[in-house]
Amino acid sequence: MIITTSKPFEEVLKELEGEDKVFIVGCGLCATTCETGGEEQVAEMKAKLEAEGKTVTGTVVYDEVCHELNTKRKFRENKEAVEAADGFLVMCCGAGTQSVREATEKPVHPACNTVFLGNIQRHGHFVEKCSLCGECVLEDFGAICPVTRCHKGILNGPCGGTDEGKCETSKEKDCAWTLIYNQLEKMGKLDRFRKIYGLKNWQANMKPGRVIFEKKGEGGE
Amino acid sequence: MTVLIKEHAKPSIQEILEAGKFLVTGEIGPPKGTDIDEMIEHINLLKDKVHAMNITDNQSSVMRYPSLGTAILIKELGGEPNLQVTCRDRNRLAIEADLLFAYTRGIRSVLCLTGDSIPVGDHKEAKAVFDLESVQLLQLIRNMEEGRDSGGNELKGGVKFFKGAIVTPEAVPIEPQMLKFEKKIEAGAQWFQTQAVYDMDNFKRFMEKARKISDKVYICCGLVLLTSPGQIKYMNANVPGVFVPESLAREMEDAPKEERLNTGIRIMARQIRQLIDEKLCDGVHIMAIGKESVVPQILEEAGVDITKM
Repeated sequence: MIITTSKPFEEVLKELEGEDKVFIVGCGLCATTCETGGEEQVAEMKAKLEAEGKTVTGTVVYDEVCHELNTKRKFRENKEAVEAADGFLVMCCGAGTQSVREATEKPVHPACNTVFLGNIQRHGHFVEKCSLCGECVLEDFGAICPVTRCHKGILNGPCGGTDEGKCETSKEKDCAWTLIYNQLEKMGKLDRFRKIYGLKNWQANMKPGRVIFEKKGEGGE
Repeated sequence: MTVLIKEHAKPSIQEILEAGKFLVTGEIGPPKGTDIDEMIEHINLLKDKVHAMNITDNQSSVMRYPSLGTAILIKELGGEPNLQVTCRDRNRLAIEADLLFAYTRGIRSVLCLTGDSIPVGDHKEAKAVFDLESVQLLQLIRNMEEGRDSGGNELKGGVKFFKGAIVTPEAVPIEPQMLKFEKKIEAGAQWFQTQAVYDMDNFKRFMEKARKISDKVYICCGLVLLTSPGQIKYMNANVPGVFVPESLAREMEDAPKEERLNTGIRIMARQIRQLIDEKLCDGVHIMAIGKESVVPQILEEAGVDITKM
């Protein structure tokens, strides 16, 4: 799940300055769960923009705005409203917003901040447990990620800031290394804690990331 | 090979410890800005009273005059620096380059730290680096001593440092901390300075555990100067791994306002005496945090004179 938060409405209004006719895009997946770009939030945004004197030429909420071909297809299906718009307001993650970028030549504006790849703990509670480092280390740490859940990404044990299982950055956040220690101890695998982890390859996923399936029969076995 | 500083005014930390002497170190916190007069005063005041001075590296994630520059300044003024290197602000390339430079300027001792987190400091929107951390930094230096950088490339002239690290005796829970202590030794740490210790009974228990893990590494007890009841309250509530016992807090509360600093001095002098008399560890690291000028008084009250040790 890609976690997003809504930008302040004033910021959105500023983005749309000089564009009277707006087309709004929302996402049926992550942004719906985050309540930043589902049907309800899109309808609210439409009403607020209209109250500010804007014309909303159309709205669309569909699954996977990040799917570029899908987005182009949705734009074709809404051709009239899309063509009437001066610009597009995208109420989902940065990937979705850039997918819209590929579907139009007109101005595209983000309505959200994209914050992390998150786990849903319960309704409205999201936490970051994976930071997409490109070289998964979970096997060695009892399936608890120090790269992400330790504020400093330490791979060799707790820092001096650990305090009764909490992190020096916030008493609300668990010290990942206390969690890892307890987990490995429970599993009888503290020898993994003793192992020294050398320098991490931070270029395992060299930005910008790119994964292409190998076509069968071409280079594959 | 040309090492710019060949003549050392003072014996190294390694020489002191290996001679079986009780190591006394102080700390220099560089200023925020180019007005270094007060820092020079502190260095001059401490250089003959302590064996060596730590120089903090953007301590508490607050941007300051650099630790490496201050280390060289201490050298120039005839003192012995213990260069603190953190991993928060520099990636492996920058740290390696700094270490090459430090070596050619006669820096002999490096204290390897991960570093505080960015949000505790005064540049709250900065990007945290943490390309590596303390254990990996120790390994990186060992590799450089063997003539290779972390990219596996051969160095034209390597380095040699007395590699230090820190450990937190008052960490809760203590078990993961001790495992990390063990890893630091395996990664090349030759000596340790502890985070601030106040509870001597707890420190004794820590030392028993530490000596069981290794009787070869040197361990120096870190002490912070207590100055007021408010400071104690703040530290107990906000500084992780720090616990000032009730008895010390009361001693400070009972002191009249104008006697508080003297009370702090007396407490630390007593603790230093205890460390020496009971042979609890290999040295003391005095953190006076802005009150460096009273360090000579602390040592005098403790009856410690490094020229006679």
